[in-house]
Amino acid sequence: MLEKFMRKKDKVSPSSDNQPHKTEESGKKGFSFQYAPSLESTDIVKIAETQKLFINGEFVESTGEQFFDTLNPATGLALSKVVESTEQDVDKAVRSARKAFEQVWSKTTGSERAQYLFRIARLIQDRSRELAVLETLDNGKPIKESRDVDIPLAAAHFFYNAGWADKLDYAFSGKNVRPLGVAAQVIPWNFPLLMAAWKIAPALATGNCVVLKPAETTSLTALLLAEICQEAGLPPGVVNIVTGAGETGARLTNHPDINKVAFTGSTEVGKIIARSLAGKDTKLTLELGGKSAQIVYEDAALDQAVEGVVNGIFFNQGHVCCAGSRLLLEESIANLFVKKLKARMSSLRVGNPLDKNTDVGAIHSQVELDKITGFVREAQMEGLEYFSASATTLPKEGYFHKPCFFNNVSSSASICRKEVFGPVLAISTFRTPQEAIVKANDTAYGLAAGVWSEKASKIQKTALGLKAGIVWANTYNKFDPASPFGGYKESGWGREGGRHGLLPYVEVQS
Amino acid sequence: MIQARYVVTSGGQRIPINDQPVDQVGAEERALSFTKRSIKKQSKLDALYAIIQMIDLTTLEGADTPARVRQMCAKAIQPVPRSLYAELQQDYKAPELPSVAAVCVYPTLVGTAVDALKGSLVQVASVATAFPSGQLPLNLKLADVKFAVDMGATEIDMVIPRGAFLSGQYQKVFDEIVATKEACGSAHLKVILETGELQTYDNVNLASRIAIMAGADFIKTSTGKVNPAATLPVTLVMLQVIKDHFEETGRKIGMKPAGGIRDTKTAIHYLCMVNEVLGEDWLNPDLFRFGASSLLNDVLRQIYKQYTGRYFYDDLFSMD
Amino acid sequence: MIFNRTTTPSPLVPKTNKLFINGEFPRSESGRSEPVHLHNSQKLHSYVCRASRKDLRTAVTAAQAGLPSWQKKTAYNRGQILYRMAEMLSSRRLDLVAQLQELLGIQENQAHEQVDKSLETLLYYSGFADKLNQVLGTINPVSGPYHNFTALEPMGVVGIVYDQEFNLNLFFHQIASTLCAGNSLVMIFDKPGCALLSDLAEIFKTSDLPNGVINLLSGSVEELSSPMASHMEVHALVVASADKDRLCQMQKLAVDNMKRVILWDFTKLSVEPLSALSESKTVWHPVGV
Repeated sequence: MLEKFMRKKDKVSPSSDNQPHKTEESGKKGFSFQYAPSLESTDIVKIAETQKLFINGEFVESTGEQFFDTLNPATGLALSKVVESTEQDVDKAVRSARKAFEQVWSKTTGSERAQYLFRIARLIQDRSRELAVLETLDNGKPIKESRDVDIPLAAAHFFYNAGWADKLDYAFSGKNVRPLGVAAQVIPWNFPLLMAAWKIAPALATGNCVVLKPAETTSLTALLLAEICQEAGLPPGVVNIVTGAGETGARLTNHPDINKVAFTGSTEVGKIIARSLAGKDTKLTLELGGKSAQIVYEDAALDQAVEGVVNGIFFNQGHVCCAGSRLLLEESIANLFVKKLKARMSSLRVGNPLDKNTDVGAIHSQVELDKITGFVREAQMEGLEYFSASATTLPKEGYFHKPCFFNNVSSSASICRKEVFGPVLAISTFRTPQEAIVKANDTAYGLAAGVWSEKASKIQKTALGLKAGIVWANTYNKFDPASPFGGYKESGWGREGGRHGLLPYVEVQS
Repeated sequence: MIQARYVVTSGGQRIPINDQPVDQVGAEERALSFTKRSIKKQSKLDALYAIIQMIDLTTLEGADTPARVRQMCAKAIQPVPRSLYAELQQDYKAPELPSVAAVCVYPTLVGTAVDALKGSLVQVASVATAFPSGQLPLNLKLADVKFAVDMGATEIDMVIPRGAFLSGQYQKVFDEIVATKEACGSAHLKVILETGELQTYDNVNLASRIAIMAGADFIKTSTGKVNPAATLPVTLVMLQVIKDHFEETGRKIGMKPAGGIRDTKTAIHYLCMVNEVLGEDWLNPDLFRFGASSLLNDVLRQIYKQYTGRYFYDDLFSMD
Repeated sequence: MIFNRTTTPSPLVPKTNKLFINGEFPRSESGRSEPVHLHNSQKLHSYVCRASRKDLRTAVTAAQAGLPSWQKKTAYNRGQILYRMAEMLSSRRLDLVAQLQELLGIQENQAHEQVDKSLETLLYYSGFADKLNQVLGTINPVSGPYHNFTALEPMGVVGIVYDQEFNLNLFFHQIASTLCAGNSLVMIFDKPGCALLSDLAEIFKTSDLPNGVINLLSGSVEELSSPMASHMEVHALVVASADKDRLCQMQKLAVDNMKRVILWDFTKLSVEPLSALSESKTVWHPVGV
């Protein structure tokens, strides 16, 4: 099969042929560069048949018996069984957190807390391969992303917040701050370990104890993090993890002995939690949904803008609250941009998340896949121009969806208003910066936005006009523990990350 | 940004140069992504054989002699002695080992190379136009080119006048390339931008477009005499210009990163990049070359490793 | 004689306090008005309009429309306007002191103290407008070639439900901090404090404040708190309600558009109310050539 590389021997010698490159054969000498599967080994991961809860520093059995499967989205097969925590489990976890807070954690010094957090960060790094593989197995995201984004960032969150623990005096302009007590934290399935780190690290740094509930479909890395907490010698009860679905989440957030609730997830559930906490003294931060727009001006660096748009919507299969799911193109470059975008999308490699060359992995679950295909079908029925990288063949097993977009979408189309949470982009055009800003803001959400232009003053003006908590200018979907994250309007309350991310976990003394 | 930049042809026609701004961080990030590709097994083997065929085996030293060039030419035709390679073919059914694409030498050694390569398919490329600095009057540069072509070079690697480019004399750059192309006759023209001196990707983008509009068959990153030479992001920016030009005109321009590509791993990153930016059509020596010298030996080592599972010591291959 | 002419400069003709919407003084569209009496007395002080839900909607629309002009001003300029308010308040001191006495039964020296504190409050936030981002903004050292900063921005239209016993300083504290953070506002306040509405509005009317930035509604908090909490164009709610049930109800309604609910427990002049009344926006930009 390698003959295809061999140059024909019967050709005349170059010195006597002045046009050696213009022969009929030219162009046929190329080879088909198929990347052979390069699978990350899963040997490093040991998954128990059934999972336990992590309460008071120990892995304990639930008092309940209602187990459910946690699946590998790339195969649809069960990886392990996870338990739905009972009221008693949740209560026990909260009590253990309270006890740890009162007896141990509130008495530690900042530098002691920092030491624990540094150690956890280091252990995450030490076990990064294992965590990455487990994350990819349980979530379906490409190993490339769990390896290069999720796990390193999770460690970075602990490192970053560790440093704050003994410097809180500097964080609040000379004010004294006190921890709140026990924080109930409920996190989503799209960045399981990263969200856990994102929640736990600032809470612990500021002196709080936590009860964390991972999403019911992605508990495994959170439980491995619990093991790491144990290994780091974290005092029992400072971090507790209960598993289960919405019911467990409600039990936790409505527990009477909670001082603080931090939730990341859908706006729908966020609103339920907010209503349930109305009239209570519990502090609440919410990181909710989004329908973020990317504005591409005609004077943008178009090739990099294409990258940013692709990264914006297809990163993590579009299962990202701040996904750039709407694309607003200046009319003068719209056709050119769409052409470039199509070409770029065609080179995306969709498939087995464990393959190191996979760019787009598995849709997280059948439920999500159905939701996405529902949106796509609806938009198709509305007659919208649809494109998906047709050369891509999807694996037969598991849940997959081709990266795709709809072009010339009106602002009223549901694909332009509702959060799809999948690899589906809605494209429309604008004529002036003013129109671009108005269109970008034409949503109930306000999490993030992107703007692409090489004209600095236009970037500044646009960024000011955008009603969004994060504005990525000439880049997109960048995350850092030092950078505050959170949205305007229905995308949530409060910020996480950075100095601003400490505020929701403290009481500032006047 | 669509800037109104024009060059004027000798016939008085104004040609727009639609240069695009390039965001450095974004371009470098994309380039980095190709280093994350994991090319294994058959796909790696395929790539190794392809790389050999894409190499412009190069020697551009003041100390070059006819003897040295003859040695290199022998290796260009037959990278590994037949007797040695026969073992691989016998034991592992390895395919025939291809020749490299071309040898690249100074004009004075073109004649030697042409003689040494007679009967083979290996092309003779010559650097010209007062390589590497380009600091001679145009008539002397053109004489340089004509000499090389007359001696039998089928490919000319010219340098652009970077001083003119950096002082905004784009018309001069354009005119020199046009004149050189004419002097080449039917020889292929590779235009060296010397990206290490242009420094910004915006400059690389603009220079690539000028070179292509002026008639370059290939655009090439570097002389190998300036650091940095070829890098992945610089090559990416040039590939994207080639892509744009193809989309606009249907004409395929070749790409040659040169200098600094010493190992197989790096070369494979380049192949992945070409594959994903321009597609398989460009994965052949007519449209993609590596300007390199030590790369060949590393590729040969890797071929042995792929088949036998063992690493071979350097002495197995000649040092040329 | 209705009015005690010896101690106060009160007018002989009882006035009707009209609403303050979009820089104008309309009556309530509902045509409702009510008398307000002197403190601990059956004697008439003045009349107040009783704002309706429709008045509230009109006021929110005005606040929404006033927002861009207020945000477009430089922080320095906003600070100057807050300072102008202090000047205007100062020149109305005697009048207000008299009314605080008559209407709320506040001792003269305490009334003066309230004016003093209000002036202090206005000055404090006047000088904070162009420092807020220096105090609470950050440059974030992300690990990558990016310039990353977080700056505070206004939340937008703030609805203030003033349901506590009227205190001039608290009134100015809520208004000054809301404006300092760059927001526009609609305040609803009840009797008897709302009988001061005209006098207070005159201060704002003459302070070079763009129309619609401050809108004051006299009326029933009981009646208007729910429509305020559920209004989709109101972005944040300031409440200090001692009425737990009402607070709970407002918080629930606020969830519809995820209004930020700010429980006003700020007693000191500080950056905290400004922090609570601001959004933060984080901007990333690559650093390259």
